[in-house]
Amino acid sequence: MLEIKNLHARIADEGTEIIRGLNLTVAKGEVAAIMGPNGSGKSTLSYILAGREDYEVTEGDILFNGESILEMDPAERAASGIFLAFQYPMEIPGVATMEFLKVAMNAQRKARGEEPLKVPELLKKVKDAAGTLQMDMGMLKRPLNVGFSGGEKKRAEILQMKLLEPKLCVMDETDSGLDIDALKIVSDGVNALRSPDRAIVVITHYQRLLEHIVPDSVHVLYKGQIIKSGDKSLALDLEANGYAGVIGEAA
Amino acid sequence: MNIQTPIKNTPAELALIDAFGERLALLPGDGEVMLKRDAAIEAIKAGLPTRRIESWHYTDLRRLLTKVPAFDGGLAAKPVAPLIEGSPVLTVLNGVAGKPVVVEGVSATPVAEKLGDGTYAPALGAQGADDAIGALNSAFVADGWLLEIADGTVLEKPVEVQNVQAGGQVHTRFAAKIGNGVTATIVERQTGSGDALVSSIDNVVIGDGSEVTWLIVQEQPDTATHFGQFNAWIGKDARFTLFVMNAGGKLVRQEIRVVTKGEGSDFQLRGVDLLHGDTHTDVTMVLDHAVPHTGSREIIRNVVTGKARGVFQGRINVHQVAQKTDAKMACNTLLLSDDGEFSTKPELEIFADDVACGHGATVTEIDHAHLFYLMARGIDEKTARGLLVKAFVAEVIEELEDEALVEALEARLDGWFAEHG
Repeated sequence: MLEIKNLHARIADEGTEIIRGLNLTVAKGEVAAIMGPNGSGKSTLSYILAGREDYEVTEGDILFNGESILEMDPAERAASGIFLAFQYPMEIPGVATMEFLKVAMNAQRKARGEEPLKVPELLKKVKDAAGTLQMDMGMLKRPLNVGFSGGEKKRAEILQMKLLEPKLCVMDETDSGLDIDALKIVSDGVNALRSPDRAIVVITHYQRLLEHIVPDSVHVLYKGQIIKSGDKSLALDLEANGYAGVIGEAA
Repeated sequence: MNIQTPIKNTPAELALIDAFGERLALLPGDGEVMLKRDAAIEAIKAGLPTRRIESWHYTDLRRLLTKVPAFDGGLAAKPVAPLIEGSPVLTVLNGVAGKPVVVEGVSATPVAEKLGDGTYAPALGAQGADDAIGALNSAFVADGWLLEIADGTVLEKPVEVQNVQAGGQVHTRFAAKIGNGVTATIVERQTGSGDALVSSIDNVVIGDGSEVTWLIVQEQPDTATHFGQFNAWIGKDARFTLFVMNAGGKLVRQEIRVVTKGEGSDFQLRGVDLLHGDTHTDVTMVLDHAVPHTGSREIIRNVVTGKARGVFQGRINVHQVAQKTDAKMACNTLLLSDDGEFSTKPELEIFADDVACGHGATVTEIDHAHLFYLMARGIDEKTARGLLVKAFVAEVIEELEDEALVEALEARLDGWFAEHG
């Protein structure tokens, strides 16, 4: 489903190369975890997948269902089924959460040639999804993410993911800022989305999240490259012994 | 030091002087009213303000006012649908007041009547040498409405006053004497269809303990010149909110002059300026905190597109006796075009020593991180930009808290974006 081939990317403004020949393949139905120390390029990778303009791809390609996405803008990527759950979801004053959900869901439906949802249908979908995430509907009347706690913001991201039903979910440090209870709710939300048709990329620092969202594959990102891949036991190994060993091996 | 020499009048000034000569016989009022009119036209003969006059620095009226239309445009102006359905509407069409409407607790008198019997004379005249709008309006004002709202009146629906032009010159006044303990919302529409020169002055006195909201919705066509002036005096423990939306006009100046007269009074100004095309819009406020224990907040949000130029001047004078004044002013501009510009001049003049006063101004573009976030959810760039721009001004509108008003204003906003966004 996702193939990243020899990807090189740099910060558009100043030219610092962050991703330096990254290769990664994630199959349909697979949950892949990407781990790595700070500054290894994890968040950058997630932004590049979503199409953020601040980064410039200089070499290599990203194929999604066999087609390059490099020429697509973020909205086109989203409409094609790529979803990024942000590490730090944006607070957007003046845009009501409910209105935003409506516009986003209908924009994607439109891009896929489907009829827009009517308000009662939409409300029902949102209510059901919010219920499973134990979110208060009152929150959705507020401006998008404004004044939400860290945990509420992450839940709102998962809510959007549930409602938009993407084919590829990229989750950037979804566990950061979550207490144990919230971590459980968010993980259950993600697990409910596991399906043979959907791939999930979980970016995280810690093994903790992977106890809840058990990955099929684990990849270590260091200095902009995947330096080691394995199954879930690799995550346990990293937790026990740190990154030093793996980095040493690769060097 | 300077020797005053008579200036050579500009074509616009000459047109105004000529119009006064032609119009004089038709203007209501004699005696004191006529003396005030004469004095006012003398002020215009002395020259419209230029950028050398500090309060007109960003709006060089002498240079910018190039066209003065003939007095009578010849077409009939029609009332517009009220902002809030079912509101009682008092119209001024092509400068002439329509029929009064009956609202309990409110009496409405055409200003022409008050000019005719001379009782309106004290309200005429320029307030100082830089008061070009006061002078222009005093010279030519022909009609408008004087509202008197009785003590304790609670208005269920807003009363709407409309100043609608179909070309030509229109010089109007809306005055309101609002009693004590009144709860009221007044909507003022400034609109029309012609290549007009409009001046419109409001004088509003707010009684003790009243809660009043006044909205000015200015949607003149791109061809019109619009000069507004809003004067208010706020009584003890009264709360007054002024909302001003400018969404049209070729050359616009809206002056706001407010005095907190009674202790415990509160003034809120919310402004939305939607600027497009090759237009010039100036909002200039002078607020006097004249007594102790009064508060004010001013929030102005501007959206600048095309080659539009905008100005906000906000001056807060805190008098020496006005201890415990709490005043904050913010002017935020979203600049959406490289050819647009916005000038902001906040001024605080504080003579009291125990006050909390502040101001801030920002000029920004659309936040790219916000745009990316919305697009990453599948919202195309144009729609995402539209959402963010609307959000920027909707924040101010939503503070009005009255749902019907918020909805009606957001509909005006959507209309503007559909046309110019």
